[in-house]
Amino acid sequence: MRFAILVFPGSNCDHDAYQVVRHVLKEEAEFVWHRQDSLDGFDAVIIPGGFSYGDYLRSGAIARFSPIMQAVQAFANQGGLVLGICNGFQVLVEAGMLPGALVHNHNLRFISRMVHLKPENGGSPFTAGLDLDRTYKLPMAHQSGNYLVSPAELAELEKHGQIAFRYATREGKIVPEANPNGSCGNIAGVVNREKNVLGLMPHPERAAEAILGSIDGLALFKSMIGIS
Amino acid sequence: MKAQVYITPKAGILDPEGSTVGQALKNLGIGGVSDVRMGKYIEMTLPGVPRKQAEKITTEACDRLLVNPNIETYRFDILEDS
Repeated sequence: MRFAILVFPGSNCDHDAYQVVRHVLKEEAEFVWHRQDSLDGFDAVIIPGGFSYGDYLRSGAIARFSPIMQAVQAFANQGGLVLGICNGFQVLVEAGMLPGALVHNHNLRFISRMVHLKPENGGSPFTAGLDLDRTYKLPMAHQSGNYLVSPAELAELEKHGQIAFRYATREGKIVPEANPNGSCGNIAGVVNREKNVLGLMPHPERAAEAILGSIDGLALFKSMIGIS
Repeated sequence: MKAQVYITPKAGILDPEGSTVGQALKNLGIGGVSDVRMGKYIEMTLPGVPRKQAEKITTEACDRLLVNPNIETYRFDILEDS
């Protein structure tokens, strides 16, 4: 599978994503600068974490107008897989490709620590290969990851199986104590209605080798690729 | 013309920054304040642009980039160049 890894001014997890795809999973990967306007020949797109355009105005608000984002929209409309991690998730909500908004963490702090995620609904390619009865330990590192949707939108997301991951206890209990940033419904990741676009705040690419303290993130990439 | 744009969190949207500042005011003994909402203020200069056109441009700027309608609301004033 051939992955495009987008690079904006201020992206800083692009090399981590490349490392996982190219060197851990031995798939093809290529950096794509945000001024480019084509994704021809790619099978999947990763919008990596970081601080595109310095998070000016709102996180992701300016990056969404980069030329490459039109290509990402077209790519997604044709069913291509798009994974937005952290700032990539913020870019996707600003672009209107995913519902809701990501606002400041409820305690106003940048939070960098390990969290446990419970996958939901195996209907998307991102979670199809995951074990829904366990939790996955991934690092989070963000200041604006507090996922916000109206109660009506939240009901829609649940009805259509669009909630991919929720913050949980290690044992998988979805309780307020396991919610690190105030996200409504403990939501850590959502997919679009068609389930080919995933936005996720925690970082699976930073948990894909044992030396990093967890290999739980690997399962998500493997699920995308369709290997076990 | 000069556009002065005021962006605030939508009613009903939690504003942790505002409530933290509100709490700080309370801690300082500054009473009588019940609700603090924090937003953004943006100034834009539109040289040689007539008022009606300036309003149109500012509205488009707000709708397309400056404001996220999911969480924010805005108003603006258009002032003559001084």
